[in-house]
Amino acid sequence: MKRVYPDKNYCIGCHLCELACITAHSKSKDLIIAYREERGKDGLSPCKRVFEKGDTCVAISCRHCDEPSCVAACISGGLHKDPETGRTVYDRNKCVGCWSCLMACPYGAIRRHPTEGKIVKCDLCDGREEGPACVAACPNAALKFEER
Amino acid sequence: MGSPVDIPVYWDRMLLDASQVTNPSIDPLREPMELKTFLGAKPKKVNIVTGKNGKPELKTKLTPQLELDIPIMFAAMSFGAINFNLHRAMARAATATGTAYNTGEGGLHKSLYKYGKNTIVQVASGRFGVHLDYLKAGAGIEIKVGQGAKPGIGGHLPGEKINDKVSETRMVPIGSDAISPAPHHDIYSIEDLLQLIYALKEASEYKVPISVKIAAVHNVAAIASGIARAGADIITVDGMRGGTGAAPAMIRDNVGIPIELALAQVDQRLRDEGIRNNVSVVAAGGIRCAGDVIKAIALGADAVYIGTATLIAVGCTICGRCYTGKCPWGIATNDPKLSKRQNPDIAAKKLTNLIRAWGHEIEEMLGGMGLNSIESLRGNRDKLRGVGLSDTELDILGIKHAGR
Repeated sequence: MKRVYPDKNYCIGCHLCELACITAHSKSKDLIIAYREERGKDGLSPCKRVFEKGDTCVAISCRHCDEPSCVAACISGGLHKDPETGRTVYDRNKCVGCWSCLMACPYGAIRRHPTEGKIVKCDLCDGREEGPACVAACPNAALKFEER
Repeated sequence: MGSPVDIPVYWDRMLLDASQVTNPSIDPLREPMELKTFLGAKPKKVNIVTGKNGKPELKTKLTPQLELDIPIMFAAMSFGAINFNLHRAMARAATATGTAYNTGEGGLHKSLYKYGKNTIVQVASGRFGVHLDYLKAGAGIEIKVGQGAKPGIGGHLPGEKINDKVSETRMVPIGSDAISPAPHHDIYSIEDLLQLIYALKEASEYKVPISVKIAAVHNVAAIASGIARAGADIITVDGMRGGTGAAPAMIRDNVGIPIELALAQVDQRLRDEGIRNNVSVVAAGGIRCAGDVIKAIALGADAVYIGTATLIAVGCTICGRCYTGKCPWGIATNDPKLSKRQNPDIAAKKLTNLIRAWGHEIEEMLGGMGLNSIESLRGNRDKLRGVGLSDTELDILGIKHAGR
């Protein structure tokens, strides 16, 4: 399956992927409204985060693992592996906010929702025809959406 | 172009011709248009005989040539001054467009040897990174005597820019300043230059053309004549508007002469002496657009080098602070945090686009003049007219005033 692969050699730490992510997941689909209003009011939060240390930076998001620890840890069936697409899918309605997945994920790719008892996790911009918004927004081609 | 002072730009005072009524113009999108250029000494005449299979056969032994699909090359910008990502991008773009790039004086990283067919390797006064494999790696060798941005002075690559890769390529210790002296300490005359040219020809087994790059200075025509007689295949003349953010401002802004005048004089002198065919002339320093390229070729250049334009294509803002090694665009820096801002994939694409686009523009202008080959324009000053130039300037440029 196609996944988003970050390239630490060319990630410049501009955080544009985070902004593209919140815009893509906002109601308004507008960067300014999403960032200034929805982020505070609705607790809109990016599914991926850019980590920096020294000269290196890299954008981390869900890797949609073949054998996901988060799915194994999930107590409510809120996370499951879609057999067709191969994606690790999050069902917000089933989630009870126990955050077991958050502790189980070895990559730190799942994060708490800032205002609700839910999680925030990459869905590879499900339903977005052009593919993940972060990949399209990356100015230095440091994110690649491809089969490997 | 890299110099901020108001040095006269003669390109803007020269205008091109176009066909009307009496001679048809050509549409390059419908008809073939030839931009292919060969740099190197050309024979006085060629001897072609009919071979055994009835096909023509060339009997004259040609001297080595550098083949270019488009007569625009990336100027010498050394690895160290600009970073590895951009060097790789230039190599890839030169390969993709069938033209050449110049390594500059900092040597060539081993991983770029595979782009050798499109590489001109440079030998400068510091001799950084010069060894036999390096000389054999390229499709041409250039001896840098001077640079348009800073004629008469050497170079100084600050120690902060020397990381492990640069150190390995330049063969200097990590963190030490790489200082290239102002003169070549073994060249004090044309005879000395001849020795170096033939030493390099021997080393490269006479397989590649040897170029000599000089800055455009007052007696450039006489020097060029000497270089041609010393056995060089290509003469590169670098005009004073050539830029670098690593030259002292006073020298950058005050030393040398504009490329247009130098180029016209070099071409004229070589023609008058009947040795124009022995060398190709490459113009550099202040080529801003495809219009300048075509005017340079009409003035007598065989090809041009673009340096500042190359960097502008990848984001350079000509702030002139290259010497700090803190280029925010990741161009003139080897700081890993900054240099990764240039992704070679993207930079190579931008550079390829630049050369291709200029190539198309040149084709359009050639077609407008009713020519279908860049060769027909080479040294064809009848296609140029001057506006607002004095008699002396017109005389030096060898062109008529507009209206004549």
